[in-house]
Parts: sequence; C-alpha cells; structure tokens
Amino acid sequence: MNLLPFFQWLEGTAGSIAIRESTLLYPIIETSHVLTLCLFLGMIAMLDLRLMGVGLRGVPVSAVAGNLLPWALAGFVLMAISGMLLFYSGPVRASENVFFRVKMVMIGLTGINALLFHFTIYRRVADWDVDATPPWRARAAGVCSMVLWCLVVICGRMQAYNWFDKARG
Amino acid sequence: MDWLPLFQWFEATAIGTTIRESLWLFPMIQCGHLLALAMLGGAVLVVDLRLLGLGLRAVPVGTLAAQVHPWLVGSLAVIIGTGWLMFLSEALKCFYSPPFWYKMGLLVVATVFALTVRRRVLGSEVGRVGAGLTAVTSMGLWLGVGFAGRWIAFY
Repeated sequence: MNLLPFFQWLEGTAGSIAIRESTLLYPIIETSHVLTLCLFLGMIAMLDLRLMGVGLRGVPVSAVAGNLLPWALAGFVLMAISGMLLFYSGPVRASENVFFRVKMVMIGLTGINALLFHFTIYRRVADWDVDATPPWRARAAGVCSMVLWCLVVICGRMQAYNWFDKARG
Repeated sequence: MDWLPLFQWFEATAIGTTIRESLWLFPMIQCGHLLALAMLGGAVLVVDLRLLGLGLRAVPVGTLAAQVHPWLVGSLAVIIGTGWLMFLSEALKCFYSPPFWYKMGLLVVATVFALTVRRRVLGSEVGRVGAGLTAVTSMGLWLGVGFAGRWIAFY
C-alpha cells in the first residue's frame, strides 16, 4: 500500500500549512514534545530501573507500577498528540525519513515488550514484589524497554537532520 | 563585564572546534543530552509529585528522595557534561541567543532552590502547603530551564 499520495494531500491541508509556516506554533509543539519526555520516559525509566533491580530497590514493584504508570500513560498521550501534530506539519518528509520509520517500528516493539511483561511474569508479581532483584524475565523486560525507548529518542532526534534527505537528491 | 572574549575563547578551544567540524559528534552529544534529560526529569518529577501527595505515594518522601538520588546525580553529570560540549562547539551562537541567557539565569535559580529550600523540605516534616509550594516552584523552574534550552535552537 502506497501512502505517499495521502501524505501529499495531508501536507496541503490548511492545518498542516499553518503549523509549518507559523513562527511560534512549530517551536511550541516541538518543545512540548521534548519536555513531556520527562513525564513519560522519566516515569517509565523509574519502573525499568526497578525491574532491572538497580533503582528504587526498597519499593515494591507493584507500588512503582501502580503509582507511576498512570502518569506515564498521561505523558504518552501528550507525546502522541504533540508528535502527531509535528508529523502533520510535514508528513511527506517525515514518512520518507529512515529515522522516522525505525522510530515507529521501535515504538511498536516497546508495546509488544510491555504486553508480554504484563501478561506473563507480572501476573505473578505477588511472588517477587518485594525482591530487591526481580526474576530474570522481569529484568529482561526492563532492559528491553530501556534500550528500545533510548533508540526511539535517538531516532526522533536524528530525524531532524537532513543528511539522508540530501542523499535522495 | 564583557563576556564576548571569553565566549570567543570557548569557541576556539580544540574540543569546540572538533565537535563543530564533525558531522556526527554534535547530534550524538544532543542525543546523550536528551536521554539524560528524561532521566533527570523523571528523578526530579517523581519526588516533586510525591511532595504534592501524588505519584509514588506508597513511599515516604525522604525514602523516595534517597532511593532516587544516585540516578539524579548520575543524569545530572551527563546532562552537564554534554551541555558543556555543545556549548563549546557553538559558544558564539549562544552568546547572541537570548534563550541561552534565560536558560543560564533560570539554571542558577533552580540549582540554588534545589540545594537550599527543596533539600530542607525533603529532609524534614513540612506542612502540606509548604511541600506543595516547594514542588510547584521546583517543577516550574526546571520546566523554564528546559523550555529556554530548547529555544536556543530557534533564536
């Protein structure tokens, strides 16, 4: 399925042009996207550190997950909204960008990792809730989450550089 | 005081020149700065939320602050280190960028606040209002630092 014609149409809509050509709108959306990282990824990182057994070791895992995941979810919603607005402001370039494509795949993988964790080892969290070092499957989920989200951030930052755009001529 | 000669000297340092002339170094340092931002923001936010009676309520404030402290210090070291490297590579651009000066001013205020008022509040029993005001001030100051920092790229 070729989405390019759709993105070309999207790029010509009034909203897309308005964000792209505004002096303040684009920087404000972009800054919101970056700073919401502290809320979203910051809270996810706290849980990942706990799962890896290297941070918040004295706090039960279920307390960290239960108390912080609602905040991470709120952060994710803000990231997604601001991210979609950024995409909307230039969908053709973004969708053709290799970093954007890798980033979307990585986000998908973080979702699979989170689902796997919640429906397997986390179901038996009562058995290891207060262990300073969780079982290896929980530690593996923490490492995977941390690595994947780091790659998402790196790809997102690199997407702004146009080296590969130029190479396409 | 005239800062310009100092900034010119920073710009001409070997480290600054090397980063400026490399295609990949600056973006890679930026990525490190961003990842450290997420961790530092998380470490500050989780404690400030707790001061407001939100987030990790299962743990007392003092315990949480102590548990998070190593990650706060570690990410702070990375964000300061990468920040210096980026600054050296574009010191003159920073000199003429208003957001850079706002960021540095806010950074001084936020750091002093964290090491004085916030530290004392974390180590003692303070009323709900006092704790809440401290948390809101802390979050507001750091948000200002981050906001101004992002705008160095725009102005």
